[in-house]
Amino acid sequence: MFPFSFEWLWDAGHIVFHGGLWYALNIIGIGMTYCIIKAVIDTSKGKGGHGHH
Amino acid sequence: MDTALIPKGVKRCPMWQFLLGLGIVGAVLLWGVYAMLLCWFKGLNQTNMNDYYGFALWIWADLAVIALGGGAFFSGLLRYIIGKDELKHIINYAVLIGFICYSSALLILAIDIGQPLRGWFIFWHANVHSMLTEVAFCLSCYFAVLTIEYIPLILENRQLDKVPFFHNLSHNMHEIMAVFAATGAFLSFFHQGSLGGVAGVLFGRPFAFREGLLIWPWTFFLFTWSAAAYGPCFTLLITWITEKVTRKKLVKDNVIELLAKISGWMIFTYTIAKICDTTRWANITAPGLGQNLADFYTGNAFYGYWILFAEIVLGGVVPAIILISAGLRKHPTWRVVAFFLGVMGVSLNRWVMVLQVMAVPILPFDTWALYYPSWQEVATTLLPVAYGIILIMISYRYLPIFPQEAELNPIEEETSTAVEAHTKSAPDLEPAKA
Amino acid sequence: MKHEQNHTTPMRYGMAIDLDKCTGCGACMTACMAENNVPFKEDESDKLVSITWMRIFELNNGKAFPDTDICYLPRPCQHCEGHGGHSPCVSVCPATATDYSQETGIVSQIYTRCFGCRYCMGACPYHARYFNWWDPVWPDGMEKYLSPNVSVRMRGVVEKCSFCFHRYQLAKNQVYLDGERKVPEADYQTACTQACPAGAIVFGDLNNPEHQVHQIVKPDSENGNKSRNPRAFRLLERLGTNTKVYYLSNREWVRRAGDNYLAHEKTGQVSKPHH
Repeated sequence: MFPFSFEWLWDAGHIVFHGGLWYALNIIGIGMTYCIIKAVIDTSKGKGGHGHH
Repeated sequence: MDTALIPKGVKRCPMWQFLLGLGIVGAVLLWGVYAMLLCWFKGLNQTNMNDYYGFALWIWADLAVIALGGGAFFSGLLRYIIGKDELKHIINYAVLIGFICYSSALLILAIDIGQPLRGWFIFWHANVHSMLTEVAFCLSCYFAVLTIEYIPLILENRQLDKVPFFHNLSHNMHEIMAVFAATGAFLSFFHQGSLGGVAGVLFGRPFAFREGLLIWPWTFFLFTWSAAAYGPCFTLLITWITEKVTRKKLVKDNVIELLAKISGWMIFTYTIAKICDTTRWANITAPGLGQNLADFYTGNAFYGYWILFAEIVLGGVVPAIILISAGLRKHPTWRVVAFFLGVMGVSLNRWVMVLQVMAVPILPFDTWALYYPSWQEVATTLLPVAYGIILIMISYRYLPIFPQEAELNPIEEETSTAVEAHTKSAPDLEPAKA
Repeated sequence: MKHEQNHTTPMRYGMAIDLDKCTGCGACMTACMAENNVPFKEDESDKLVSITWMRIFELNNGKAFPDTDICYLPRPCQHCEGHGGHSPCVSVCPATATDYSQETGIVSQIYTRCFGCRYCMGACPYHARYFNWWDPVWPDGMEKYLSPNVSVRMRGVVEKCSFCFHRYQLAKNQVYLDGERKVPEADYQTACTQACPAGAIVFGDLNNPEHQVHQIVKPDSENGNKSRNPRAFRLLERLGTNTKVYYLSNREWVRRAGDNYLAHEKTGQVSKPHH
């Protein structure tokens, strides 16, 4: 999974496979981080609460 | 008792009825948990699997629920990427069903492996050339996506939504849901395909082996295609069952018909591809390896040509025809028959690609190996079903799963309106959310 | 070590088993179990959950008396090379717990790496891979007779014939101490080979013209390592598994039983695999 595990090879298979994997993981991670940080900012600005969407 | 948690504008059954239902399904769940613990503590000798049947009921259940849960990624793709806006009325349920299916698949896999505590080796020591590695990675990642899609729904619970942070988080997640849906579709394409690849790459087993494109056998594409085709069928079938159980109309017919029509065309095209694949395999691939159809479908007590007919004709051609012809599709009974046949067809396909693969003898002097599951295997397979029903019961009761429910089942009036639904008044509830 | 390997011609350890000599006595199976600490249960009547790294199949020609004829076929792991080490099981293992050695041609199994998904068992057309459905339990006192050179396996992992790889390691240590470069043929022999009273099993390096197994098999490296010996065949050769266990028989029906053929096909004449 990581380049420091001993069975890791810098071949096309590893680059394509793990490239795709880390690409997806990054999108998920960055997306969620964005949502959470923005929610914290929005909340601190007094947005939210009931009654409005 | 729990009125404050129930979404505005809808009516739910009394608490005692809800708890009774939970209790009955919970008993099945506990039975499954007991069998699961037996498997974990005593080992896989609790199953009827053997050295010829290394893959059996569990792997079939895994493949089947992942195919059936494909409704989530395909509906998400149609709604968020292709822009079929009507589907927003059913997407919540598709996500919930997908979430149940994928969490079930992960649970079954955790029971199925001989050394569950080493399960993480599949990630840590990943062999990138194995289809199963790709399945594990994409399945886990996609489960994360489904969780992300399910969280906003939980946060829309009436009480949770009052918390400003949760309200904002849910709102923000909705805003960029298209990004998550696209990632989900990308991951689904690969893991659905890789599950097909699991059997297709077995060049030691002529029954399973298929040629293909680059590193992907044809089964890779067929599995992705069939999951996209039949997944919505399952979403619609479960929606129909939920409507029957709750005795309410929950989703408008135009939404159901749109998804059914898309599913119908997908099944139609998939079935053509499947027939082409089967024809090529039966006439070129298998004979090239010294075997013919009679070797695969005769000489044993169970696997006959009927299974090929049931899968391709009953589970493919028939539902495709019903769902693509407007007249039949609009007829509620025919439509449900098509959903049922479709779900049966794709489940049978997964069965064939797991259990029949193991059953067919390869060495000329070997014999067919037939297997029946032990009660522990059956119980652990029913466990996710019970868990799924419970999660649906709780989600339906406390979360706004069906956006059209309040409109279709107004609670202000005693008599029902033009819709077919059967509702009762609930004067103690607040009016529907705007 | 890597430096040393680069200057050594890769070996391809393999076997030639003469089915016309095999009497089906089972000595190879017994020797294998003792040598490799293969676990057993009190009741071994269900052969579908019984671990036999070396297993003897009984074949018959399907004819009635007096034309009936039988043949015993010992089946160890076939140590498939596939195409460039792409053997059926190695390519599918998700955790790299089984490996094809380019140095020896032996397919290994790392027990402590295997997490028991059993995909390799599904991939192996020879049923040479076995799962530990139970933890090994030895009769009282018998644990003292276990071989210290072979690790016992825990419940929940897959195991299979290793061509007695520990013997290769011991032999290699010895050659190193003796200042030699190559393991002599006699210094590395599997337990089954040595136990066979009929001398039906010959083991050695298929790449080494001095080894008896090479002389018997005469592998044709230009033609997927097919044997040039008209008596020889490999199990399921047309699947492209490229195995390193060769079988020998003068009987045509036995050679035909080694592979799947369509009714009109001649024994030994097979089309090339698709992949």
